[in-house]
Amino acid sequence: MSRRLLTAVTVLALVATACGGDDDAAPTTSSSTTSSSTTASSTTATTTPPTQSAPTSAAADAFPVTVNVGNGPVTIAAAPQRIMSLSPSLTEMLYAVGAGDQVGAVDKNSDFPAGAPVTDLSGFKPNVEAIAALTPDLVLVSGDRDGIVAALGTVGIPTLLLPTATTLDDTFAQLATIGAATGHVDAASATVTAMREQIDALLAEVPEREAPLTYFYELADDGNTVTSSTFIGNVLSLAGLTSIADPAPDAAGGYPQLGAEAVLAADPAFIFLAHSDGSAPTTDEIAARPGWSELQAVRDGHVVALDSDIASRWGPRVVDLLAAVVAATRGTT
Amino acid sequence: MRNPARLPVAWLLAAIAFTLVAATVAVTFGPASVPASQVARALLDLLPGVDVDHGLHGPLAAVVTEVRLPRVVLAGLVGSVLATAGGAYQATFGNPLADPYLLGVAAGAGLGVTIALTGTGEALGRAGITSTIAAFIGALVAVTLAYLLGRDADRARTTASLILAGVAVAALFSALQAFLLQRDDEAVRDVYGWLLGRFNVAGWSQVRLLAPIAIVSIGAIVGAGRRLDVLALGDDEAAALGIDPVRVRRWVILAATLGTAAAVAVSGLIGFVGIIVPHALRLLTGPSYRRILPLSAICGAGFLCLADLVARSALAPAEIPIGVVTALVGAPSFLLILRTRAR
Repeated sequence: MSRRLLTAVTVLALVATACGGDDDAAPTTSSSTTSSSTTASSTTATTTPPTQSAPTSAAADAFPVTVNVGNGPVTIAAAPQRIMSLSPSLTEMLYAVGAGDQVGAVDKNSDFPAGAPVTDLSGFKPNVEAIAALTPDLVLVSGDRDGIVAALGTVGIPTLLLPTATTLDDTFAQLATIGAATGHVDAASATVTAMREQIDALLAEVPEREAPLTYFYELADDGNTVTSSTFIGNVLSLAGLTSIADPAPDAAGGYPQLGAEAVLAADPAFIFLAHSDGSAPTTDEIAARPGWSELQAVRDGHVVALDSDIASRWGPRVVDLLAAVVAATRGTT
Repeated sequence: MRNPARLPVAWLLAAIAFTLVAATVAVTFGPASVPASQVARALLDLLPGVDVDHGLHGPLAAVVTEVRLPRVVLAGLVGSVLATAGGAYQATFGNPLADPYLLGVAAGAGLGVTIALTGTGEALGRAGITSTIAAFIGALVAVTLAYLLGRDADRARTTASLILAGVAVAALFSALQAFLLQRDDEAVRDVYGWLLGRFNVAGWSQVRLLAPIAIVSIGAIVGAGRRLDVLALGDDEAAALGIDPVRVRRWVILAATLGTAAAVAVSGLIGFVGIIVPHALRLLTGPSYRRILPLSAICGAGFLCLADLVARSALAPAEIPIGVVTALVGAPSFLLILRTRAR
């Protein structure tokens, strides 16, 4: 189902780009032939492993280009050909904008799309020497862990810090930035347009409700959850849902830990399971917790297991997350 | 002649009253607002032969008896074990800084949980009970190693060589844990979430696991109070009085370790209880372990019930890890007691 949706997104991207002109705010205008070959490469790259199409599909005349990212303005001299991504979300974005052919290495958790050149590099514990040994000409990171951005600067590797998104607009902005940095401005804007259309179509299915539906979003057995101020919370808000963790004071952070008693007291309408270690409990196990069988969500069969990879990333597949949530809640008013 | 080391009944009653009040407050308040009268009726309803309508319905029907009460009981048991074990270690090692984790229990439990939660132990499954058992085994392995290796060149098992062996084993186990986490960074959150304390998922099953071991451990330690008092005079004096210091130490360490390992396995690492409770009582009642140990067993329970109440109320509905609360609440109040006494 997710694969089908993704194909739909990329087909839309193809159509949108083919129809659209070159009126994007591109640093340099690119010829229409370059633009269409870019789009073709994006279509194949997002749905299948990188193809053999020439890496020159990136608009070479767009460079040098300067992008503004978390670590300030970064200038990229020429179209990067050995990009390294240390974040699964950023990997998915690279492929979505059609830069898949230019990706040289991705971290060990970047398991999508299939065929991405996975290495044993860690995005949580980045190692400058191991990264430099693979001679990337552009590195994408989602966090400046252990001062990795400065360290890569000292060895002369351009690095883009694209931090965890908190809203869909952040995701769209990062897609545009990645498009500009890799020479795929048009394909990136087409991807964003397609995602927006897809999201609008999904939200059109959300029924009018007097009050938002409440939910408990379980990230781990020990009650870790999200508030509506997180990226996931924002996406679920679009679908007319509100987190039972929202009354927690700001000091608890966007990912507070709730005790069983707090969940019972709030009696959410939905329970979403997105265990980060992939070991989500079954509906029966949820119902077997003391008192939980009496919860509205359990009695109504509204315990929904989400794909924890999709649910923890802020890349193009956020559309799939929204689709899963809308599908689960559509019939409830 | 009046024995100055014996535990005065008034203090015993005061300690029991403190803990009963703490437990009552802890069971009455929580993120779900249930009127005290309904809490009382729900508790009465639990008694065999008593059938009271507590008026709680739906998801809240189980809040008092299945969520809050087991949590309070578990916190009490863990606090009692940790405080008593802390006192026991301080007595056997003659070291006021000794805590229940002195001989590597924490590092051992940490490694056990890490093996259970990382890819290395995938085959073990990731259910809660697996990590609980893994923590218990890890803690016992660490302390056993420290005990077996803790001999000096003369093959004598002195307290210093035992503590040093504990430090070495803890360092080794912590390094192994770091290595495993480095290889499976997605498990880091799970492991640290576990180590910081797990009362928020407490249920009667954890109480049933811990209670028998806790009772044996506390009973053995409190029963050894008089011998530990003699030990405080020095090993030669103790031997002259017919007490084998090595034997006493071995059994007390075994009892304290067993209790600590079980407590850590069900609740994660909760620091400071094992130091602050016995020390506060020592300042109040004097150095006799015949007083400190039983009072630690009682007051440790009340202390952790109150700390857990803070953990689930301060940022309600969010939780604060219990280990953070014991340190935040424990350290300043301990310093306060220390200053008051020193005046």
